[in-house]
Amino acid sequence: MRGFGPIVVVVAVLAAVPLVVHSNVVLNFLVIALMIALAGQGWNILGGYGGQYSFGHAAFFGTGAYVTAILQMRYGVNAWAGFVIGIAAGALAGAIIGALTFRSGLRGSYFALVTLAFAEVLRIIASVAPITGAGVGTLIKLDVRAQAFQFQSRAAFYWIVLALVALSLLMAKMIERSRFGTWLVAVRENEDAAQALGVDAVTVKSAAMVISGAITAAAGCFYAQYFLFVDSGIAYGTWISIEALLTPIIGGVGTVFGPLLGALVVKALGEGARLLTGDAPGLDLIVYGAVLVLVIAFAPRGLIGGLPRARRLLTRASPVEAAHG
Amino acid sequence: MLSPAILIPAVLNGLLTGAVYALVALGLTLIYGVLHIINFAHGALLTAAMFAAFFAYQAGIDPYVAIFLLAPAFFAVGYALQRFIIGPASHGDDRNMLLVTLGIAVVIENALLYAFRADTRTIDVPYAFQSVDFGFTFLAVPRLVGFAAVFLVALALWLMMGFTDMGRAIRAVAKEKLGAELAGIDVAHVYAVTFGLGTACVSIAACLLIPSYYVNPSAGNAFVLVAFTIVVLGGMGSVPGALIGGLVIGVVESVSSLFLGDSLGQVGIFIIFIVVLLVRPSGLFGARA
Amino acid sequence: MAEPLLVVERVSRRFGGLLAVNAASLIAPEGHITALIGPNGAGKTTLFSIISGFIKASHGSIRYAGEEIIGEPPHRLARRGIARTFQIVQPFADLTVRENILVGAHLRHRARQAALAVAERVGREVGIAGMLDRPADTLTVAGRKRLELARALATGPKLLLLDEVLAGLNPSEIRDIVPVIRGLCARGITILMIEHVMQAVMSLAEHVFVLTEGRIIAQGTPAQVAADSAVVEAYLGHGAAAKLGGLHAG
Repeated sequence: MRGFGPIVVVVAVLAAVPLVVHSNVVLNFLVIALMIALAGQGWNILGGYGGQYSFGHAAFFGTGAYVTAILQMRYGVNAWAGFVIGIAAGALAGAIIGALTFRSGLRGSYFALVTLAFAEVLRIIASVAPITGAGVGTLIKLDVRAQAFQFQSRAAFYWIVLALVALSLLMAKMIERSRFGTWLVAVRENEDAAQALGVDAVTVKSAAMVISGAITAAAGCFYAQYFLFVDSGIAYGTWISIEALLTPIIGGVGTVFGPLLGALVVKALGEGARLLTGDAPGLDLIVYGAVLVLVIAFAPRGLIGGLPRARRLLTRASPVEAAHG
Repeated sequence: MLSPAILIPAVLNGLLTGAVYALVALGLTLIYGVLHIINFAHGALLTAAMFAAFFAYQAGIDPYVAIFLLAPAFFAVGYALQRFIIGPASHGDDRNMLLVTLGIAVVIENALLYAFRADTRTIDVPYAFQSVDFGFTFLAVPRLVGFAAVFLVALALWLMMGFTDMGRAIRAVAKEKLGAELAGIDVAHVYAVTFGLGTACVSIAACLLIPSYYVNPSAGNAFVLVAFTIVVLGGMGSVPGALIGGLVIGVVESVSSLFLGDSLGQVGIFIIFIVVLLVRPSGLFGARA
Repeated sequence: MAEPLLVVERVSRRFGGLLAVNAASLIAPEGHITALIGPNGAGKTTLFSIISGFIKASHGSIRYAGEEIIGEPPHRLARRGIARTFQIVQPFADLTVRENILVGAHLRHRARQAALAVAERVGREVGIAGMLDRPADTLTVAGRKRLELARALATGPKLLLLDEVLAGLNPSEIRDIVPVIRGLCARGITILMIEHVMQAVMSLAEHVFVLTEGRIIAQGTPAQVAADSAVVEAYLGHGAAAKLGGLHAG
């Protein structure tokens, strides 16, 4: 299928990496980068395509992470099932927050504020609630078996997160080509004009938030399985809200590959900073904040969005379509 | 539990702390009223100011004296931020401005974290625990000073807005930017001045808070969240809204901590915040957003 | 005779102290072109916003195809067949012209291919077939007006509300677009248009309503309305009356 070609190629190339690269350091870097790319693709659906800038995507990431961890540790649920349920929980969180905010007509700065507030509420509750382990957090018991979604080899984790990223790329592309996607972008460009054309903006935005929540929650679920530890600062901290929005903005908002490219760049920058100045806390975020300001100042469309030719056209009229009219 | 002997001091203390919250909120609402953006860097600037006040104290400068040093300094910082970073980087787009102020917030907060680690610091002024006997209750000196200072600042701002050329220019730009521009007002300068004033407010608030509160890289956030709630409650862009909202929230926080304790109190404020945003985003006094 | 497609009955809208629309009544008979004219600030666009669901009326009733529609949101009215253009043209800047029209076309066509076909057809009908792949923000004012029209048309409306679709166009552009509008009416689309360009009102509209300070002060055929002294007064000056009379005679 036309248009899906690039996705197949990119995924295939990335899939081949563990076959040639055996360094755990590099693989670890890539796993984390892919995980952030996944979280960013979630943000991208709502923010990039939909134009609704959420400053609290940690709400979804953390929900996925905690649900997966808690279901396994407290209720003995199978890790894979927990993963799926975690994603569903993220979707549910998206539905709730979306229903509350969009039905109230919140847009722009107010929307950003409210999403920030939701993430913070969840963080505070998670830091004191007994079910999450409160301040101590939740440890997933080490149990290196495939059935428990834990693997000896980093490559296995790599391929799983890559598969998730591939799915998210496909979803973005499919959305781009669907009626829903066309409507979503119209809402981003001009909500009133879209409504006059029959677009139910509230429903469209809410649906985008559900999808967005699910994808970012998947990243959270993966985090829990990879690191085997979750606490409120990790799950719902501003760090992930920032990284989830930074990657699409750097890579290109509203594009299929933007979050992936942005994640690689962001993580590379973080590593670079760490190599230069040592492992002090806060350093990578300083770099991210500065990069955010610089990107907005000089390349607001991000890396992909800025290239005129790569500028994604939703339609590409083939000679057949043009002839028939 | 609800005896007047406990309730009245709680209310009074709430009013006193609320005044300082109001000052933080005042800066925020001023910036929103004129620039029409929500300054996400507000909390980080408050934290930075608290660190500055802390180090001023280490250098032997009393916080209340430091106000006269820090206010102009932070005015300059705010002015420069808006004039040379936020304004140019945003290209006039609201969504971009959100992101830029967020970026600045992240940089400032994490720079403080990187430089000073996450340890909590406090200062030890002699009057920190002194209080004044009002007969039916005792009230802490720092809080009384804070209360008085906030009203002085509000008065000064009101006088400035009403009777100086700059004040008139600010009001003109807030009301009708294009018209103000056409009338020859340098909008970029006015924006920067407003941002500087908002930041100066925050630095004064920092000096007022530091005798009674701890300082660490995330200190500003707690206060700013409260400030956001106040601004949303009182109405974005409304100065009386910020003052009254501040007093109200101060009392609410004080009284509810009698029953709920500290961290759940924080959640309570967030929830009020979310509810107000959902139900009546224009607040009590604000214009429709 | 069946009830007209659109019946606006004594609709009022208050903004604080200002009564922007004051018991205004008008009708738009099916298959005809009706004009709503009046001096600037009369409340015409407000009335359009009320009819199209963006603003809620404080009083009155609006019936479309026999059903009361006050309170219905814009997107649902669009599905019922009411489309509107905006006075201040708002293309989806980041999309191409084709993609813009596509948004409208998707209302009645879920499948992309079908919607694209509609977009192509509508683009041709409105005269922008050559610009379909250009970014919408590179269009001239005349092009944007046509795009605005095309987008609304793509939703397959029965009632088209045109808000000053001719504003900002030079005489030859106006001359080019008038037949397009007439063609839409010939296709069976009912048109209610706000216009300032009197020559267009005269040549297009079969029935005219005049709105001043929120009130309908006159209605009739273009000739009747042009001769009405109250209308002339509302527009200030005898020059307007002579101009209208002269054009109609010519």
